[in-house]
Amino acid sequence: MNFAFAKEEEAFRQEILNFLKQELPPGWIGATYYEDELEEEEIWAMGRKLAPKLGQKGWLAMAWPKEYGGQERSHIEQTIFKEEMAYNRAPGVDMAGISMCGPTMLAFGTPEQKRQFLTPIAKGETFWCQGFSEPEAGSDLAAVRTKAVEQNGYFVLNGQKVWTSGGHRADWMFLLARTDPDAPKHKGISFLLMDMKTPGVEIRPLVNILGGHAFNEVFFDNARVPVANLVGKKNDGWTVATALLNFERSGIERVASARRLLDEVIELVREGEKTGTVSRPVEVIRQKLAEMVIELEVGRWMGYHVSYIQQKGQMPWVEAPISKVFGSELMQRVANVGMQCLSLYGQLEKGSKWITLGGRVAHMYQSSLGRTLGGGTSEIQRNLIATKGLGLPRG
Amino acid sequence: MDFEFSDVQEMLRKDARRFLTEKCPKAYVRKMEEDEKGFTADLWKEMAGLGWMGLVFPEKYGGLDMTFLEMAVLLEEMGRACLPGPYFSTVFLGGLPILEAGTEEQKQEFLPKIARGELIITTALTEPSGVYEPTGIEVKATAQGDKYIIDGTKLFVADAHVADYMIVAARTAPGKSRGISLFLVDAKSPGIKCTMLKTIASDKQCEVVFNKVAVPKKNLLGKLNQAWPLVERILLLAAAGKCAEMVGGAQQVLEMTVDYAKQRIQFGRPIGSFQAVQHHCANMATDVEGSRFITYQAAWMLSLNMPCDKEVSMAKAWVSDAYRRVVTLGHQVHGGIGFTKDHDMQLYFRRAKAGEVLFGDGDYHREKVAQALSL
Repeated sequence: MNFAFAKEEEAFRQEILNFLKQELPPGWIGATYYEDELEEEEIWAMGRKLAPKLGQKGWLAMAWPKEYGGQERSHIEQTIFKEEMAYNRAPGVDMAGISMCGPTMLAFGTPEQKRQFLTPIAKGETFWCQGFSEPEAGSDLAAVRTKAVEQNGYFVLNGQKVWTSGGHRADWMFLLARTDPDAPKHKGISFLLMDMKTPGVEIRPLVNILGGHAFNEVFFDNARVPVANLVGKKNDGWTVATALLNFERSGIERVASARRLLDEVIELVREGEKTGTVSRPVEVIRQKLAEMVIELEVGRWMGYHVSYIQQKGQMPWVEAPISKVFGSELMQRVANVGMQCLSLYGQLEKGSKWITLGGRVAHMYQSSLGRTLGGGTSEIQRNLIATKGLGLPRG
Repeated sequence: MDFEFSDVQEMLRKDARRFLTEKCPKAYVRKMEEDEKGFTADLWKEMAGLGWMGLVFPEKYGGLDMTFLEMAVLLEEMGRACLPGPYFSTVFLGGLPILEAGTEEQKQEFLPKIARGELIITTALTEPSGVYEPTGIEVKATAQGDKYIIDGTKLFVADAHVADYMIVAARTAPGKSRGISLFLVDAKSPGIKCTMLKTIASDKQCEVVFNKVAVPKKNLLGKLNQAWPLVERILLLAAAGKCAEMVGGAQQVLEMTVDYAKQRIQFGRPIGSFQAVQHHCANMATDVEGSRFITYQAAWMLSLNMPCDKEVSMAKAWVSDAYRRVVTLGHQVHGGIGFTKDHDMQLYFRRAKAGEVLFGDGDYHREKVAQALSL
């Protein structure tokens, strides 16, 4: 039992901080959560600028084999990197490519596919999006209807994806499509890689509750994907997808983003005590703030625990869903406590007169609604904890 | 970073679990709830024989020289088994205070006997004021020749009825946190009246009234008038230890509940196949997981003598509430059958509340965390 980071790990953390100090302009605000980076041009541009630099440092896909752009370093170090990027609101980490598609390709890809796709991800040169959800396939992902018909060396795609985060920014998409409509639901799906510039692909923005454009609908009208871009076996895409969803992540970015916001709120409360600008007496809010600090500590270790298990080469079947549920719901609690601290001022949004903390608390309060929905709803995660984790029987 | 237990810790856990499964079955636990003493001399002797009392004492005092991490592992197993008796008091409210602040003479006199299971000790700290604050202490100790005379009432004193000695916190000078002293009081001293309280956890807490109780000056533990920091240290270790015990209890409740959910059939299928029940179990698992991390962070820091006031408070605040959530959901999943005396769920439910309030509850420790944040 050892809760300390190794000297090299602490040194690495400092190295990242030094890099960010150098690369990010003074007073850099950034997005409160990495998915929000997609919405604002200034932040997105900074991300594109940083990504190749991070790639060059080998920090984006640290745990990957060296031949594909990785450094064969530990998952713990990868998590330290993600933690500091999130806490410092530094954009440029392509989660879809790095944490989902990449590891999946390492496990299921052909040598050619690995050669073609992995290094550009590790180098921060490509940006990916996930083509999973559809209007009729949300939590019931296996119900995907987008058709992929094999024809003359291509899969011809027709159908639609929804909630495609970064679809308007991405170079490539990994997607699930139905290649055998007659097979049982789970057994007729295939996992494909598609160039977003493929003719017949149309991206339509979806506006989220904040008025931001982060996700999209993506329509396929006879879009052709080379059969060489099939990952895993035809009609066995469900196996690939399930593994992908468990390569998931430690979830450290959720906890770190929430911790950054809470630290800003705590600082405001401390200053407000002196300047009288916080409209809520500190006696009322100190317990809530302390509780959030405690929960963030708990969430942090849950995240590192997932990486610890992955480092041992094991699958975090119960730990990853626990971290996801806890971290995403904690973001909501932290944002709510922040709003409670700000009281009436919590209502003000970015750009308003009298704004506090740039409206970031109100932003996370709203955007965090999506965190318990995307990446597997809390309900699905709890199902997984219960069935895969605790061995309870399926309904 | 290492989230696993050492071989020594795993072996300690295995041996403790095997021993307690055999020697501390629920029939024993239930019997001891009604028993006046609350434990049997035989079991106490066997535990001493295993070296448990002196687990973290240095070898020169008859101990096994293990760390707080090993202690936490052992406490987990005790919490899992609902072990009754004055072990926690004797170690955390007796042995450890003496180890931390006793003179060499006091250590030599008390620690080996504690390690051998020959002495039961507790601390009499809280009073009718019901707070873990120096301002809550009104029991007085007045100097008289080569003695101090103690007068006043202590409340919620664990195992006072079987203790051979009590470490009594008394006011020896006016002040707030200054003016508090600790005395090792022979429980057989004239003037001590002990009344058993009936508590939710059936855990033998007493009212102890001191009526002109004389204690020799040499039985002062720590510095005269300056013992409050030692009290805080005792509370710190006890809070951390109590967390470990609660983690063990919570884990057992989770296992019991999942087992029940797999077996209990309603509507033609196990109730554990229904999502509502699955989600309760998932929430319990999340709370147990979180409790384990936050507790072992504190235990690890204590094992290395790192300053960890904040981390212990974080652990006690979280676990106090998390264990309560776990037992509540455990009851919910068990349905009617869990709401009977015969079923074991209630043993944990009641102990969870005691664990929550002893040595500072969630509110108390959140306040400490808030102070650590300079709020």
